[in-house]
Amino acid sequence: MKLTLSWLKEHLDTSATLDEIVETLTRIGLEVEHVHDPAAQLKAFTIAQIVEATQHPNADRLRVCKVDTGAGAPVQVVCGAPNARAGLKTVFSAPGTYIPGKKITLGKGVIRGVESLGMMCSYEELDLAAESDGIIELPEDAPVGSVYAQWAGLDDPVIEINLTPNRPDAAGVHGVARDLAAAGLGVLKEKDILPIEGRFPCPLGVTLDFAEGEKHLAPFFGLRLVRGVKNRPSPSWLQKRLREIGLRPINALVDITNFLTFDRARPLHVFDARKVKGDLVVRRARAGETLLALDGKTHELDETMVVIADDNGVESIAGVMGGEVSGCNDDTTDVLIETALWDPQNIAHTGRKLGIVTDARYRFERGVDPDFALPGGELATQLVLELCGGEPSEWVIAGAAPRDRRVVDFPWSETQRLAGVDVSQAEATAILERLGFTVEKTGTERGNIAAPSWRPDIEGKADIVEEIVRIYGVDNVPSAPLPRPEGVAAPVLTPMQKRARNARRALASQGLVEAVTWSFVAKEQAEAFGGGSPGLALANPIAADLSDMRPSLLPGLVAAANRNAARGLGDQDLFEVGQIFIDPSEKGQRLAAAGIRRGLAGAGRHWSFPAQRAGAFDAKADVMTLLGALCAATGGLQIIPGGPSWFHPGRSGTLQFGPKAVVGYFGELHPRALKALDVEGPIAAFEIILDALPAPKAKPTKIKPKLDLSDLQPLSRDFAFIVDRSSPAGDLVKAVAGADKTLITDVSVFDVYEGVGVPEGKKSIGVAVTLQPREKTLTDAEIEAVAQKIVAEAGRKTGATLR
Amino acid sequence: MNDIAKLEEDTLRQIAEAPDEPALEGVRLAALGKKGAISALLSTLGKMSPEERKTEGAKINALKDKASEALAARRAELAEAALEARLKAETLDVTLPAATSPLERGRIHPISQVMDELSIIFADMGFAVAEGPDIESDDYNFTKLNFPEGHPAREMQDTFFLAPEAGEKKLLRTHTSPVQVRTMLSQKPPIRVICPGRVYRCDFDQTHTPMFHQVEGLVIDQSTHLGHLKWVLEEFLKSFFEVKGVKLRMRPSFFPFTEPSMEVDVQCRRQGGEIRFGEGEDWMEILGCGMVHPNVLKNCGHDPDVYQGFAFGVGIDRLAMLKYGMSDLRAFFDADTRWLEHYGFRPLDFPTLAGGLSA
Repeated sequence: MKLTLSWLKEHLDTSATLDEIVETLTRIGLEVEHVHDPAAQLKAFTIAQIVEATQHPNADRLRVCKVDTGAGAPVQVVCGAPNARAGLKTVFSAPGTYIPGKKITLGKGVIRGVESLGMMCSYEELDLAAESDGIIELPEDAPVGSVYAQWAGLDDPVIEINLTPNRPDAAGVHGVARDLAAAGLGVLKEKDILPIEGRFPCPLGVTLDFAEGEKHLAPFFGLRLVRGVKNRPSPSWLQKRLREIGLRPINALVDITNFLTFDRARPLHVFDARKVKGDLVVRRARAGETLLALDGKTHELDETMVVIADDNGVESIAGVMGGEVSGCNDDTTDVLIETALWDPQNIAHTGRKLGIVTDARYRFERGVDPDFALPGGELATQLVLELCGGEPSEWVIAGAAPRDRRVVDFPWSETQRLAGVDVSQAEATAILERLGFTVEKTGTERGNIAAPSWRPDIEGKADIVEEIVRIYGVDNVPSAPLPRPEGVAAPVLTPMQKRARNARRALASQGLVEAVTWSFVAKEQAEAFGGGSPGLALANPIAADLSDMRPSLLPGLVAAANRNAARGLGDQDLFEVGQIFIDPSEKGQRLAAAGIRRGLAGAGRHWSFPAQRAGAFDAKADVMTLLGALCAATGGLQIIPGGPSWFHPGRSGTLQFGPKAVVGYFGELHPRALKALDVEGPIAAFEIILDALPAPKAKPTKIKPKLDLSDLQPLSRDFAFIVDRSSPAGDLVKAVAGADKTLITDVSVFDVYEGVGVPEGKKSIGVAVTLQPREKTLTDAEIEAVAQKIVAEAGRKTGATLR
Repeated sequence: MNDIAKLEEDTLRQIAEAPDEPALEGVRLAALGKKGAISALLSTLGKMSPEERKTEGAKINALKDKASEALAARRAELAEAALEARLKAETLDVTLPAATSPLERGRIHPISQVMDELSIIFADMGFAVAEGPDIESDDYNFTKLNFPEGHPAREMQDTFFLAPEAGEKKLLRTHTSPVQVRTMLSQKPPIRVICPGRVYRCDFDQTHTPMFHQVEGLVIDQSTHLGHLKWVLEEFLKSFFEVKGVKLRMRPSFFPFTEPSMEVDVQCRRQGGEIRFGEGEDWMEILGCGMVHPNVLKNCGHDPDVYQGFAFGVGIDRLAMLKYGMSDLRAFFDADTRWLEHYGFRPLDFPTLAGGLSA
């Protein structure tokens, strides 16, 4: 909503400064987004007269002028404008002035050997026109020495309000003035709007053609003919009003409707009566009907929209935009003035569907003042008669403006209850009455408060509180400590929240860098990582590559690594903890943690150890560290070779607590998946579904299990086993550890070897076994017995033989 | 006599001249070994007369002691020299770089860090952390929050919808307010929660991204009013920005789900690309808030004449930008490792109340 200061003052009698007005508007909820004072940058430009203009001695196109600036002796200015001539009054700027149209600061100059002490300006140089062909020519009576912008009336600041959707009343200057008056910034100028008597009956009929139950779509429609008008350009005051808020004057009849739209938040429509055939019918549009509208486009209409039609068909889209054919132009001699009420929801729907944004739609979809429909029509008639002459008909009215007013039974204590501030009943009443509410006392503690017709947003007590506090001043509400829970603050995070938090810290501690990537990825990326189901596609993605909810964190991370590689950063260690989407249901959203490593792992190239490309075991190390840090009960964790299709089948593992309790994967990404993302591999990756991990067992106390320390020294024995190349080391370790569950406390693989000395198709696995004697030191015979059990068990379970 | 003196002289010279441990050991064996010269002298004592033995014995024993001492001294000398030589040989170029620790390389994203900061501040004021799904129903995202069907307020938030295959009309939540709805539907007052999370709006420029993060706060009980809201916001912003005080300006505004509604500006000073809070003459719009709308309370099963409370919402990414000085929101989601390394936090930078939120 835009208005100018002088326009505001037509409705508000105030001595407040612009700053006070702007500050108050923002304070009472009409946030001023921008104030544009076109005069501000033109303060230094004054009116001057050329006293003498002679040919420049060294340049054909230049003149040397003596200019009377109204301050002392005439100054010498070299000017290249063809219209620079003696006697001309024009606009002058002294050296040091910033020239807005040229974005330069003027200096003293010597032009072709002649000194020049200023400049005479064109409209273009003042940023008042896009181009101009000479310096400004002012009339004879322009006062030399005065500030040009002031004299030209350019000093009318434009105030732009960021209007909230609940305040259609403030979509008119009058409503803004009312709010300011209520806030004590002046007195609202209320002008009586007198009905203008019709001289003859309106020759057209109007029918509201709606089924029972749909009459709300067009509750009221008023129409009046003014015949014998002379349409022409609007007078300069009206053109100025419209121009200053960025509207283009068209002709008086159209300008009047635009003026009242902003002046009174009352949109109207005018038809050229001679182009209307037969009576008007207000009805739903029919499928297939079209209208060439005032925006020059032909719009296809449907049954959800309301139109005004005549015997020719649709003439106007109700409340949104009129038709080109029946519009008013300079030839219009008989004009039909329409003032109507529409259903806000329906107008919003129609406007959205047709993609039409108009000042009328803006107001109708927020709700116009039903009581002002007819007075608005009278104001329009008055302006038409004033500007274009003519003879008005009587009104033809169909329907009726709704009369029901919302009355709120309001306990005065409500302001204290909700806002925590004590505004006296008298003050609250005064505020409400200044805003146009009527207050009827129903007791010492309560009142019946009726909202004015222009406030459709007022529903109940909370709205009344807002009105009181808004004008009283939200800033005057004292802050009050929220009672705090007694004692030390209790922990509040859920186990899953803690898990997500710990996961981030653990992965960052592994040297991974946390990324936050989009929740949506390209369809091909989703498909390459097990997603892409139609239920998780966006109907209106912002870009083609952000179209599907991600089924995994990996495509986003891989794409990020690729972007970084394009920046010349090839080695990447990234992770993300966030949501992934298996299906659109609530349970289909899971919390995952994933990481990738690409290029040289970890510390990269270093003089003290060989550089290694990140591989499946780096991903495994990350994932095992993560599981350890989350204190998830990993006792039953199984690692099954292989993973989903986006992992390398021979270089990946599945982490599970049983076949139906898969919690994640690690390994190298499948070359095909990388190709789908157009990325060069290899990339080591893992992904864990954090909310699939078993919850830690709840225990009554924080006591840790008893520590069982032995006085006897543990001892270690190494074994080298030969197994089939395809036999998993994990099975061997498990078999060895199971050989004696009391004595064996640790089994670790210290060597894996294939090659000379090991038969073809076999591998050698070196295993260190730690034995912890329990009651007494083990004898050689006892140790030998355990060793034999280990070898036997390894052979039985995995076919291993001692090397 | 001369023999003993000569032996002493020879032995001590040999000890002194022994170049290393094995040579010294050879000297020791030649003098004090079983067949050594001094041992041989000692073995002659038995054949001497008692007088002779007395004088000669003392001399020979003195020689033996002298030799032993000299041996020990020389041995220590040689060991010291050997150690010196070894140390010299073992010298490292300590200016070579050590391998970096993963702790040195890992980073926490500023959004995660700020979320941790927020939960710490609000936990202290008794707020729990509530969460909900990103894919929401129209009912929870709009209708229950008092957005009337077709109302222009719905257009204030450019909504992403899921394809119709998702069944019931589903959308990506445009704010975390549906979590407030879920909380109010499932809990009895008193309620104190913050709802951090990802939200989605169809918008893309320097300060808008189609996905961003928001935290909302909700208090429902029988007495909490606007003054409490103001206090909570003051405490929160003061604590978050780690300044001694903040000055807030509240402006009446409109949100469908609160009444009265306000936008909050915080006083600041803009200075050479930096923003400082708790000082200055400028105002910066920072969050929206208000008293929970009676219709929202009703929609979630609470009697608005009995229960009341406030709600507020603020962008987490925006908070991070204001506190830590990033200028472009889009960079938050680009995963440029240079950006992450610069603006990210170290793995062990845990915000705490006792130690301060940031280092």
